[in-house]
Parts: sequence; C-alpha cells; structure tokens
Amino acid sequence: MEKISNTALIEQISARFGEQTFEFSEPIGLLTFETSKETIIDVLTFLKTELGFNFLTDITGIHFPEAKLPIGVIYHLHNFRKNVRIRIKVFLEDEHPSIPTAFVLWRGADWMERETYDFYGVNFEGHPDLRRILNMDDMVAFPMRKEFPLEDPNRVDKKDFFFGR
Amino acid sequence: MESTRYQKLISHIEPTEMILNMGPQHPSTHGVLRLELITDGEIVKEVIPHVGYLHRCFEKHAENLNYQQTIPFVDRLDYLASMNSSHAWVMGVEKMMGIDGDIPKRIEYIRVLVCELNRIGSHLIALGTYGIDIGAFTPFLWCFRDREHIMNMLEWASGSRMLYNYIWVGGLFYDLPVGFEERCKEFIAYFKPKMNELNELLTGNQIFISRTANVGILPLQTAVNYGCSGPMLRGSGLKWDLRRVDEYSVYPELEFEIPVGKGEMGTTGDCWDRFKVRTDEIKESVHIISQCLERLQTDLKRTTDFDPRAKLPKKIIPKAQDFYVRAENPRGELGFYFITDGKTEIPKRVKARAPSFCNLSVISEISRGVLIADMVAIIGSVDIVLGELDR
Repeated sequence: MEKISNTALIEQISARFGEQTFEFSEPIGLLTFETSKETIIDVLTFLKTELGFNFLTDITGIHFPEAKLPIGVIYHLHNFRKNVRIRIKVFLEDEHPSIPTAFVLWRGADWMERETYDFYGVNFEGHPDLRRILNMDDMVAFPMRKEFPLEDPNRVDKKDFFFGR
Repeated sequence: MESTRYQKLISHIEPTEMILNMGPQHPSTHGVLRLELITDGEIVKEVIPHVGYLHRCFEKHAENLNYQQTIPFVDRLDYLASMNSSHAWVMGVEKMMGIDGDIPKRIEYIRVLVCELNRIGSHLIALGTYGIDIGAFTPFLWCFRDREHIMNMLEWASGSRMLYNYIWVGGLFYDLPVGFEERCKEFIAYFKPKMNELNELLTGNQIFISRTANVGILPLQTAVNYGCSGPMLRGSGLKWDLRRVDEYSVYPELEFEIPVGKGEMGTTGDCWDRFKVRTDEIKESVHIISQCLERLQTDLKRTTDFDPRAKLPKKIIPKAQDFYVRAENPRGELGFYFITDGKTEIPKRVKARAPSFCNLSVISEISRGVLIADMVAIIGSVDIVLGELDR
C-alpha cells in the first residue's frame, strides 16, 4: 500500500487532460485543481476508474460575488487503498449555473447535489431527483449565496431599542 | 418542468399500494425525520426520506461569526457527541493557524479522554434506543442509567450536560476538576461488568438476533458508493477508522482495535453487525480512557501553574487557504471544509460534511421489499442524529 505522491498525480492528470485541468496547488498537502464543466465528468471518471479514487467524500458549493465565474462546485474524493485525497473545483456563471451530474458515478452524489442545488441554485443536468432537500419546497431564494443576509433586515422586532441598547 | 423521480414514484402508484407517512413525530425515527413509504400490504415497496425539519442554518451562521463563537453551534450539530464535533472543529482551526504543534500533551490527552467518554455516551443512546425500537425496554433504561454517570462527569468538567463548549481553539475552557481522574476510574470499574450484562441481555438474545440478523444488508460496494462511514462502513466489513488512518491528536500513542462486522449471526453488513460494531467500540473506548487516565495521573499530572488557556490565540485570523479537516465521530467521518481569505476573523465558507447525511441516503436502497417492522430496525441501526443531518 504505497502512497502516490502529489507530483505523480499531477503528471498523470495533466498527461491525460493537458490544458483542461489547471491551477494545481497543494494547500496543507491536499492536491487541488480546477477544471471546466465540459470535462468534469471525464476527470471524475478517470480519477475513479484509473487512479482508484473510489470514495466521494463531499460535494459542496461556494459563492464569490466579485469573481467573473462566481459559483463554484467543489468535489472531495478519496482513495481508500492508498489513503490519498484530492479536491476538484469547477467555477460557473451565476445566472443559470449548470453542471453535469456525478450521480452516474456515485449514488451518494444524489443527496449532496440536491443540497448544493438547494443552497446555491446549481442545476445538475441529468440528476434524476433534483428537489430541495433541507429547505422548504416553495422557497424561491438560494440562501447560501452571499447576497442573502443571515437575518431579514426588514424585521422590526429586533431593534436595539427593545433591548435597552 | 420535467418531473423528478419523486413525482414519478408518487404518480405511478398502483391501486393496491398505499402511501404511508412515517414521522416526523414517530418515536422510532429518532428525531424529526419523515419517511414516505409506498407499501403493498406489509411490504415496503419504496422509501422516500424527507429531511430538513431541524435545519438551523449552521453554515450561514458560521459565515457570519468568528471561529471561537461558532463552537457552540458546532456542539449543536451532533448533540449526542458534542465533544467530538468541537474537537474536529478546533483541530481544523488550529491546523490552519499552524499552532497544532504547540498544544501541550496534557490538553491533548484531556481532549481525547472527554471525546471517548462522549463516544460511549453516544453509543449507549444508540444501543438503548435500538433496543426499544425492537421492543426491548430494559436495555434502554440500563443504558440511560450508565450514561447518566458520563453526563454528570462531563457536567462537572464543563458546566453543562450535553452542549459543552469545553474544547477551545488553542486549549480548554478549564482544566479537569480535582478528583476527576479518580471518579473516572471508579466509573470504568463500574461500567465494565455492566457492558457484559448488556451484551448478555440484548446482543446475544435470540429474539433480538431474529429481528436484526439478515435484515437491512448493506454490501460493502454499496456502502462505499453511497459515501457511508463510521459503524455503517465497518459493519459492512471494512477496517476503516480515521483515528488510525489519519492518526490525529494523540491516537497514535494509544492502543485500540478497530472492530468490524463479520456476519457472525447472518450476512456481513446486516443490522446485527452494525449493532455489534457499536458494542465493541464501547469496549475499545473504555480501553482508551484507561490509558488516558494512566498518563494523566503519572507524567502528565496536574500542576498548580498549569493554565489550559495559555495558548489561546488573541485573534484567530488564518491565512488565505482551503482546508478540509475530518475526524472520526461516533457516527462516522465528520468533516469541516473551510475557505478563508486571510483578512478577517470570519471564514468565507464553512461546509460541514455530516456523516448521518450520507449514511441515511442509503436507506432507500437497503430497505426495498422489507416489512414495515424491519424498516424500524433498519432506521435504528443507521443511528442518525437529525441535528447533524439537517444542520
């Protein structure tokens, strides 16, 4: 059970995908790179079948309002045999962000993608059951986006006056 | 609007089938979980879980508060194992600050000690309530009686019974109270035979075995495919424990085994195996606790000038980075994913990867075609905590 080093991983990934994978970095030892939504399923399939990243730890989203591509989808994968982890990021535009679903590779992606859709409004193309999961069904906003405040600013019952401030 | 799988399932129901709502107030769903069952008589054709009744916007709060202020929120994620959750959070922040090497050994040992106590408490709830789901009332009372000792000890140390806010970034809230180690030793001596009694009463009970063996079989491939972790994954036969794999905190210095499901009573990965893994883990935790106490009473003894808050950082501003920290909770791999910008005390993004969330998503796969009574057995064996699932 020898470990694969990050440099070896970078070599194999860039030999396969070339320019389509970029921004390689290793924050605290965890290999991170970016790709585009056109290649993400190919990259994930390659990682799963040929490099042995068989465990999908997490799918999540991120919103950077100032960036050109503000919505990010972040995948964490894990290789059980070699105990190596990897992080893949895809950035999307924020009007109608959409990305192919990873449900074809991992059934566990089902709920994780539903959660990302629920909070960031990312449309996972081909997902069989894309409904809200934690918020109520008739909600219209995507609450983890940065323009959505923690508390309703129009509330009148939480003025400082009522608390003697 | 194209129709989802859920809409198709509901609209294509046969005349002989019935939709049955189980929960959110059903006692055996362990919280506010709603399961929509499509049933044909007693047979469950399809299970559709509905979650989110306990959603409290943890991630949004974490993006508006600093790291120390978030610890009480972290405690409320998995409210049965608050120590373990805050330990994971604190380890992540310390690693990002680069101060994880400066923490004194005594503090690390106290953290592991309280975490393992909390793990026993959490597993006792899982075992006891599982008994009551199956129809055994006595083990439930026995488990709660023993857990009460743990609650009292942790209350003595931290001031509260369930939501402790005891482990802080860079240290602890207080040192252990004088006499805690001795009290803990007494508890261990008291608890060891009690665990054997529980095993005789419940684990080896023929009625219990008939209800759980060969029920809800989760093959290893399916468990990995769905992202299951913790006792769910170990019950399916994979020796996988982050305390050994990642070797965080002082776990490399401690001796313990990793119990796995072997299919002794039926098939590997059935409900009985998951139950057995939990009972065995309690034994291992007891073993870890006695080793911690040994160290805390000898070379890491309490001194009068020991200050558990000495290493507390004044301002927690980690540099700009991405970091994913994970730890072995009683329910599986709890992960926190931080994105920081290096300028403020407030993280840009915090994502909690809840083990219960992934563990529950497998339920509709493993409970197709079972009886409604077995459905209850399967939910109990997954051991979900809705506070963590819904965040």
